[in-house]
Amino acid sequence: MNSNGFDQFKGSPDYVTSEPLRNAVNVSIALGRPVLIRGEPGTGKTLLAHSIARGLGKKLITWNIKSTTKAQEGLYIYDTVQRLNDSRFGDKDVSDIKQYIKLGKLGQAFASPEQLVLLIDEVDKADIEFPNDLLNELDEMSFYIPETNETISAIHRPITVITSNAEKELPDAFLRRCIFHYIEFPDPELMEEIVRVHFPDIKDNLLREALRTFYSLREIDEFRKKPSTSELIDWLQALMAGGVADEKISSEIPFIGTLLKKETDYNHFVNAYMTRIGDNYIIRRR
Amino acid sequence: MFTDFFYSLKKRRVPVSITEWMTLMEALAKGYISNLDEFYYLARAILVKSEAYYDHYDVAFQEYFKGIEAPAEITEQILEWLKDPINRMTLTEEERALFDKMDFDELLKEFEKRLEEQTEQHDGGGHWIGRGGTSPFGHSGYHPAGIRIGGQSRGRHAIQIAQERRFQNYRSDLTLDVRQIKMALRGLRQLNRIGPEDELDLEKTIKATSKNAGEIELIWTRSRKNAVKLLLLMDVGGSMEPFALLCSQLFSAAHSSSHFKDSQFFYFHNCIYDDLYHDIERNEAISTDHLLRTLEPDYKVVLVGDARMAPYELMERYGAINYYERNDTPGIIWLKRIADHFTHCIWLNPEVPRFWIYPTVRLIGKLFPMFELTLDGLGQAVKKLVVKK
Repeated sequence: MNSNGFDQFKGSPDYVTSEPLRNAVNVSIALGRPVLIRGEPGTGKTLLAHSIARGLGKKLITWNIKSTTKAQEGLYIYDTVQRLNDSRFGDKDVSDIKQYIKLGKLGQAFASPEQLVLLIDEVDKADIEFPNDLLNELDEMSFYIPETNETISAIHRPITVITSNAEKELPDAFLRRCIFHYIEFPDPELMEEIVRVHFPDIKDNLLREALRTFYSLREIDEFRKKPSTSELIDWLQALMAGGVADEKISSEIPFIGTLLKKETDYNHFVNAYMTRIGDNYIIRRR
Repeated sequence: MFTDFFYSLKKRRVPVSITEWMTLMEALAKGYISNLDEFYYLARAILVKSEAYYDHYDVAFQEYFKGIEAPAEITEQILEWLKDPINRMTLTEEERALFDKMDFDELLKEFEKRLEEQTEQHDGGGHWIGRGGTSPFGHSGYHPAGIRIGGQSRGRHAIQIAQERRFQNYRSDLTLDVRQIKMALRGLRQLNRIGPEDELDLEKTIKATSKNAGEIELIWTRSRKNAVKLLLLMDVGGSMEPFALLCSQLFSAAHSSSHFKDSQFFYFHNCIYDDLYHDIERNEAISTDHLLRTLEPDYKVVLVGDARMAPYELMERYGAINYYERNDTPGIIWLKRIADHFTHCIWLNPEVPRFWIYPTVRLIGKLFPMFELTLDGLGQAVKKLVVKK
């Protein structure tokens, strides 16, 4: 299938993907449209862009979106104050506006002579109008700078990955232009694969016990924040470093603080599911 | 091609547009989709933009592609023949156009017919089921509307995945969504110049520079920021259960709206008494009196509730539905104190206005301007909250 440029992305050794996700990425590359990735925190949305960049051997540009980020900043910034300041001393030719135009992340990705991977991370963090302001630029992959009468258009359409945490936040017009993929929480088999990428020589018993405990914790709906992949990885690291006996993993859940990060969740769990015996808390039998 | 599938999705209220449909057609025309599994995922990636609609998509997919399981089973018999992949061949434009005309049902019938006729393994060519050819059936072949049979192992088939309907829990079927509420809440703003002086005042800079005989004088000013502070008080009593989703959306919209200078959220049960609560379970209390003393009167107060309760819950001492609350002061007095302390208060009622004749609703409606918790009502409420008094 490589003949028509499809099936480019196959994942990278340190990132386990599912086939639907690979397909979504490949179709977005082939059609030159951004791929919008949504999913629970800790399912590896941001890492996907890194994996694409590594897998395809391309450079990655990351545009981290904050609540104050404006769409314009991604395109270019015209540093008027610097220009005004320079005009006082006459050591630079201030009539050359170009030197005061600084390209933003999006601008850099368009202007690059080679194809890049562009990650627009956590797009929902920004102002609610932010995605709408970028519609045209992402569609045409070009923008106009009135100050220099220049049009920056993409030499190669960057492979654009957009991540978002929130649900139902993005405007429809924006969504229409994207390929969408929702990363489901990995099932135990896939999770085992993911864990083995991080810890190639983890013991089978430990992993089995830990995964069982982890998935039963996730079934408790009362948590504000359910433990996710990154918490599991931290926990496993703690378990391995602490040398905990396998049978204690499910009965005591040592280092539970690495799994339940919110104080309310932690307190709720200890109160509802654990009993104190001596100095130790153990899981109450139900 | 598959146009009925588009309408089938529409019928299931999946918000698909022509733009997306054309994108899918582009992907199909370029030959990126070679089997039903890929079609399932790619069409979903292109057409469906929220996991809330994945389930609707699954239902529509089952409906349109039902009966596809049969050939998936026949696959097993032919698998033997099709072990090694042969490089795909390319089609001419007119051949492609020819195949585009076939729809899925025709393809299926054709498939079964040919399978019956066929008695031997077949590679290449344009009609028989086999490898590498241009027949719509077989594998490693090139046919835009073709059904993939065998080849590499593919795990589960698309139709089975659709039948599982794993995304049922993600459905929402919403009347108001978070984005709409957020847009409405944006109206809640009063821009004041506050904070550090970090914005260049161009007008004043030019003036000062001219006065300075061209020597540049930069004048900075404070940027305009929203000065609105929000206090959201929500009823989580039993009668509010049917509106739990709506209220949680309002909450998440208000909570994630970053443009407020400050926002505070509290819960109560049926009516407000001595305490308000930080959490829905009402474990962590804060005294209402304390709030009234610490919060400035310029907080915009939004109360959410159906205002429906037994009259004694509102009017009597010790009327609280929770016996242990033992309120010395009747709820109505507490409500009155809130209405008196803050300059801008409104009440959002998720019930339709024709139920607002209930006595406690009418009483509370006299204290607070009451609006329906719909997009329109919210818009009116926001207007009410920003009028100058």
